[in-house]
Amino acid sequence: MLQAGVLKIAGIIVLFAIALALPAIAPDPATTNIAVFTMMYVGLATAWNIMGGYTGYISLGHAGFFGFGSYTLGLLLAHLGVAAGYTPFLLVPVAGLATAVLALGIGWFALRTRAATFVIVTIAFMFMLQLLAENLVGLTGGGGGLGFPVPPWSGDYFNTPYYYAMLALATLALGISWRIRRSKFGLGLLAIRDDEDKALAVGVPTRAFKLTAFVVSAALVGMIGAVYGYYVTYIYPQFVVDPLIGISMVLMVFLGGLGTLSGPVLGALILEPAQLWLAYNYGASRLYLVLYAAVFLAVILVLPRGIVPSLTVLIERRRMRTPPAAPAPQQAVMP
Amino acid sequence: MTLVLEAAVLGVLTGGVYALMASGLTLIFGVMRIINVGHGALVVLGAYLSFAASRSLGMDPFVTLVITMPVMFVLGLVLQSVFIRPLKTDREALSVLVTYALALGIEGLLGYFFTANYVQLKAWYDTASFPIGDFRVTYVYVFGFLLCLAILGVMFLVLYHTTFGASIRATMLNRTAAQLIGIDVDRVSAVAFGIGMATAAAGGVVFGITTAFNPGSHYDLISRLLTIIVLGGLGSLRGAIVAALIMLVSEDITAVVISPVWASFVFFVILVLVLLFRPQGLYGVRVRERI
Repeated sequence: MLQAGVLKIAGIIVLFAIALALPAIAPDPATTNIAVFTMMYVGLATAWNIMGGYTGYISLGHAGFFGFGSYTLGLLLAHLGVAAGYTPFLLVPVAGLATAVLALGIGWFALRTRAATFVIVTIAFMFMLQLLAENLVGLTGGGGGLGFPVPPWSGDYFNTPYYYAMLALATLALGISWRIRRSKFGLGLLAIRDDEDKALAVGVPTRAFKLTAFVVSAALVGMIGAVYGYYVTYIYPQFVVDPLIGISMVLMVFLGGLGTLSGPVLGALILEPAQLWLAYNYGASRLYLVLYAAVFLAVILVLPRGIVPSLTVLIERRRMRTPPAAPAPQQAVMP
Repeated sequence: MTLVLEAAVLGVLTGGVYALMASGLTLIFGVMRIINVGHGALVVLGAYLSFAASRSLGMDPFVTLVITMPVMFVLGLVLQSVFIRPLKTDREALSVLVTYALALGIEGLLGYFFTANYVQLKAWYDTASFPIGDFRVTYVYVFGFLLCLAILGVMFLVLYHTTFGASIRATMLNRTAAQLIGIDVDRVSAVAFGIGMATAAAGGVVFGITTAFNPGSHYDLISRLLTIIVLGGLGSLRGAIVAALIMLVSEDITAVVISPVWASFVFFVILVLVLLFRPQGLYGVRVRERI
């Protein structure tokens, strides 16, 4: 068992080292561009999983928080007159904080409902945020969009700071997710997923726990949205409050394994490059959406439980089938 | 005042159309316990089918329903048995994803065949109007309202006065019990999905005559339809109809009293109020549901 643990830690260190060194290994801008988006989705899927995976409350509206974080940073930069460069990254936590406050409000309403109604309510709130971004022209620029200051970095280097910002946020999300999974709070969340009424009956403060998970998950998504806005330098309502971004993170979690720690990472590492490849090769025609939908359906219908849980079951079964080493010599006694 | 009255009349007329679309959605939820996030895309698909039929065959948009409704019904049977029936575990969550994927696929296919340009169904009554008191009402709204009323009437007749309708209602009440007394719930589910799609086709025609649409129009539609069925109470047909009327009348009145850009916002305001005072919706039963 100990050996497996050491192996696991070594594996994580190697993976993290590769992630850290990636811009040096593959400095080509086309590759680092893919790396930025992939790392972004590693963070998004992990953050979404904290709510959706642990508590079982499926939010399809996280794109709303993503866009809100984006807009918050953009407006902060514009009103404070912050110059392009590294300083905007320091304001990302402010966007996260603002998103947390918003999520507290939305969660307070949305979490009065359960299951199917909750799903619908999150979708509705997402469209409400999109409409607000569209209609509050004086604040957000409405459909005309909002520009970010563009950093003066060269084309070869441009993606690198964003990559590390996304990596930092993904690591933060993973750290929080891991910490929660091993805490009493995390146990409470899993209890809510399994049976909310029983959890409440045994004294889990379900409402406070759900709301906390929702806020943490949304704040992380908001911060990632903020970096994204700065990266793409120009945003408009339908572009950042994009239902497709919201559903992509959910799909990645389902592909990797709902409620697992490594599942969302795996899902993002597989799906986002695939998605970008599809967009690059078929993006011009609308066939891109059809292919994406086909991948989507295949994932759900073939692997409804996700890769990590399916693999775990497979390994467990293998272990059960191979008899342990000790009892084997008994056969020798037989004549 | 006349403006407000006019808006209210228009709200009732368009409310009838939304009532039809939303009742298909709530019927699907009631029978199968799935949220069909693709319902908006199905309405848009219906509108495009009618568009293609009326353009190539020179038919009146309403007459194309003779073709599109059966086509959509059969397509519904197929989609349900291929994509939704295989879901065994975690149905409620997975079905959201599957129907979302269907919506994306339909959007992509429509974009491929019809491009992303906006189109609108044409008919002699799309802008022609007649006077009522101080204002004029466009014919299409009245025709659309009557059509939807007729289809809703047929739906209620089937549901409440046929044996098959009884088995649909039984499945809505208690799926397991319905199965136990020998109802083929898979068949009922497929037919319910087919009915939902056929009503989406009918709603799509009226939507397509009154609004310019493109393959991406389904997002706006689905957010409205979902809000309506939450207000009405998930799975309640009566609720969907009442909620559609409330929503559309308030929306149209807001458009004239405040501003058209804030009209859709009313949906969300009403939704928040519902969540505050009656999370189960107008006609919903407070069930202990679990994902």
